Amino acid sequence: MQAGTTRTFLDRLDSLDVAVSEGTPDACASLIDAAAGDPAIGTPLDIPGATIPDRVEMEPTVEELRAAHTGVTAGALGIASYGSVAIESDRAGTEPVSLFVDRHVVVMREADIVPDMADAFAWLGPRAREEDIDVILATGPSATADMGGLVRGAHGPKEVHVVLLSEKDSNDNETMEADDE
Amino acid sequence: MSSETADSAGTSEKRGGKAARIRELMAAEGDAVAENTRGFNAGRYESTGRLDDYEELKAEAREIKEDAIARLPELIEEVKASVEANGGTVYVADDADDANRYIREVAAEREVERAIKSKSMTSEEIEVNEALAADGIDVVETDLGEWVLQIADEAPSHIVAPAIHKSREGIAELFNERFEPEEPLETAEELTHFAREELGKLVEDAELGMTGANFIAADSGTMLLVTSEGNARKTVAATDTHVAVAGVEKLVPSVEDFAPFAELIGRSGTGQDVTSYLSVLTPPVNSPVPDFEDGDSPLQNGGSDDREFHLVLIDNGRLAMREDAELKETLYCIRCSACANSCGNFQSVGGHAFGGETYSGGIATGWEAGVEGLDVAAEFNDLCTGCSRCVPACPVGIDIPWINTVVRDRVNRGEADRSQLDWVFEELVPDEEPAGLDVGARLVGNFATLAKWGSRTAPVANRVAGFGPARAALERVTGIDRRRDLPAFSRESFVDWFERRGGARVPPERATREAIVYPDTATNYANVDRGKATVRALEALDVHVRVPALPDAGRAPLSQGMITTAEEAAHDVYAALAEEIDAGRDIVVIEPSDLALFRREYERFLADAAHERLAGASYDVMEYVYGLLENGGDPEALRGPSGLDADPGVAYHPHCQGRTIGVGEYSTAVLERLDYDVLVSETECCGMAGSFGYKSDYYELSMDVGEPLVDQFGGTGRTVVAAGTSCGEQLDSLLGTPARHPVELIAPR
Repeated sequence: MQAGTTRTFLDRLDSLDVAVSEGTPDACASLIDAAAGDPAIGTPLDIPGATIPDRVEMEPTVEELRAAHTGVTAGALGIASYGSVAIESDRAGTEPVSLFVDRHVVVMREADIVPDMADAFAWLGPRAREEDIDVILATGPSATADMGGLVRGAHGPKEVHVVLLSEKDSNDNETMEADDE
Repeated sequence: MSSETADSAGTSEKRGGKAARIRELMAAEGDAVAENTRGFNAGRYESTGRLDDYEELKAEAREIKEDAIARLPELIEEVKASVEANGGTVYVADDADDANRYIREVAAEREVERAIKSKSMTSEEIEVNEALAADGIDVVETDLGEWVLQIADEAPSHIVAPAIHKSREGIAELFNERFEPEEPLETAEELTHFAREELGKLVEDAELGMTGANFIAADSGTMLLVTSEGNARKTVAATDTHVAVAGVEKLVPSVEDFAPFAELIGRSGTGQDVTSYLSVLTPPVNSPVPDFEDGDSPLQNGGSDDREFHLVLIDNGRLAMREDAELKETLYCIRCSACANSCGNFQSVGGHAFGGETYSGGIATGWEAGVEGLDVAAEFNDLCTGCSRCVPACPVGIDIPWINTVVRDRVNRGEADRSQLDWVFEELVPDEEPAGLDVGARLVGNFATLAKWGSRTAPVANRVAGFGPARAALERVTGIDRRRDLPAFSRESFVDWFERRGGARVPPERATREAIVYPDTATNYANVDRGKATVRALEALDVHVRVPALPDAGRAPLSQGMITTAEEAAHDVYAALAEEIDAGRDIVVIEPSDLALFRREYERFLADAAHERLAGASYDVMEYVYGLLENGGDPEALRGPSGLDADPGVAYHPHCQGRTIGVGEYSTAVLERLDYDVLVSETECCGMAGSFGYKSDYYELSMDVGEPLVDQFGGTGRTVVAAGTSCGEQLDSLLGTPARHPVELIAPR
């Protein structure tokens, strides 16, 4: 099940021109390092075993936010059929760090990919009622057609890069699903 | 007498002004609007086509809206409680002034000097920018299209893509003039980058961020914002005071109810499966406010505790619309723009003509009638021709043409003024309709009477119809454009012809089925050949056919907003056919606009069971032939193509209303079954739309709407076929060759 969902998610990201790196959590720092431009800022990932390279400023000032090329944040959920990632706002500044930059590097777990839009809202509903959460379902880079042609990179990032983490090698998803569900 | 002359001269002048305005807009904005809307519309077909459960999602969306509007007062109370529990405030504003007063108070209290906004049609409706500017507040639109319009001091021409009428060159010229950049801006990338930088600076010292809300969940106070540029995100993230302005109709019970809309809104509007950002916010949002004045301050120190949130729910006529049985459906509208993009007239003129104070496109009639009043809706309501192509496009299934018809009916009644009564046409006006009805509307609305009279006096009537001075007079009094050919009336009606030939040639005992061919007014009095062809085709397939005299179906009066007359027609038609249906006979209809009445509009006029019986027993003639062939009918009994190698084949334009009720494809299927090579048009509506293109105000627009048909069919040498009478007239005007009904091709001679 999850293998098919992941495949759909990756296909959709590909059609949105979103770059993807896949690996296990212990490879996370190097995958981010390869994906992030410079200067880079970030917010904590809260994914067991996943770390962020030192060059990513984790407590940026406003000036560093302004100057940042890349923002690294966690993605709370993926929606396979749309290639969307859920970015959850927090006190650490995940929303501005994912927004006021040219490239957004989203780090998320394969196990957090759900098949469809309705699954995402079923996940959001209880948390909206109980925790007042704020989530952006982001699909590809920001875009506009208001200036007489489609342009990627309007107010938000021009590029999105997904770092997708799974416990096992990406060819061996079946066992992971059993752990997860 | 003299007062009548003055009146008709005044009306004719008013008409001239409207035509001039439309001509001007078509020239200045038509190309950009056409390119963009037709692109969106094609995108809609592609994007919704990728959904396996499109119809189910639409049904679900519709159900959520029906339920929400039914329980609206309850949801308003619920959202007040949930937003307040989240730490925000809800203000329900009676009208625009009330809303603006509240927002100004918030701005004053927070000592706001600059407000940044993301795109919101509701904020346009209340004209909050002007209200805040009057207090000395700098209001900046951050949606790039809206910003362009703010700089150009123009109004949106489309509810989703507001600057759709402006070309890239036009925007470049505007920016280069206003900002005088060192290097003149040229490409879309350059313009976008420039706007991002300029707006980025303005965003940094804004104190108040204003958004709309596409949907609001009552039980959690969560809102959904559908955007692509990221400006709505910045508007909320960068300011500590968030004001969301939304009509009360945006409330739905829960966040889970957002799901079908999230899937439908982008696909229905601009043809995107989903837009770049769906912001699902439960404000005040949980995110630090960057202190842009102090660059060294850590981002995380930006206190999100200082954030304020005000949800301003706007009534402004909506709660009254909810009580209005006919306008209520407007409140289901999710402002996706599908009705604008799928509309032939909108594609040609855009929202500056096809729109009111704020809203544009087909559904705008409902919004403007409810929010601004009937007089504003009346200014553009004519531009809905009732072609109904927006009906299947609307993600919440609003019968938009019906809302336009109702508003037209109310306008007719509201404008009724005895002094304008023109005695010449008085006898054509049924008693139930207001006497002051525009003369042109009455003439068209009473096409059945006119046609009967024309047929009886055919040689004279046809000669007058082709005679210059008489046409000039007709144009002046009725607004029927002299460049149009009027229908040529037949001396012998279809019904009379059938009787003269001795009635049915296939006796019931030898027949596979029994059918009544409905002699619609156009077929009966003017277009008799397609009636004869229908009889021949059905008899060739062993159907026992009868052509009794039957009442007119009421399409023409309905198109003029004469609802009472149309409703009477429905009762008459049903009364005349009920026994035939009881006897198990099929009703075969040649004119798709009349079949569309039986299947769609009559639902509003007849008892449920009566409508179901009539709709269930009625068939489009080509649908019927298709069914006969599928059930063992012999295709050899019908006529195939010439068989010559050089036969260029057939060019087929399906009737707009026929497509909406799902019968457009049968002609293609039958023709292909008989080995015709068929090129099918990709145009939503030919532009004639019944009587619309006859009116001198709209002649040029009508021809412009039909232009893509010239591009597709012109010079192909194909035999042009179209099922609708008015499509045939239009194709004749556009291509210079008369179009025939498809049944005329396949019927044995």
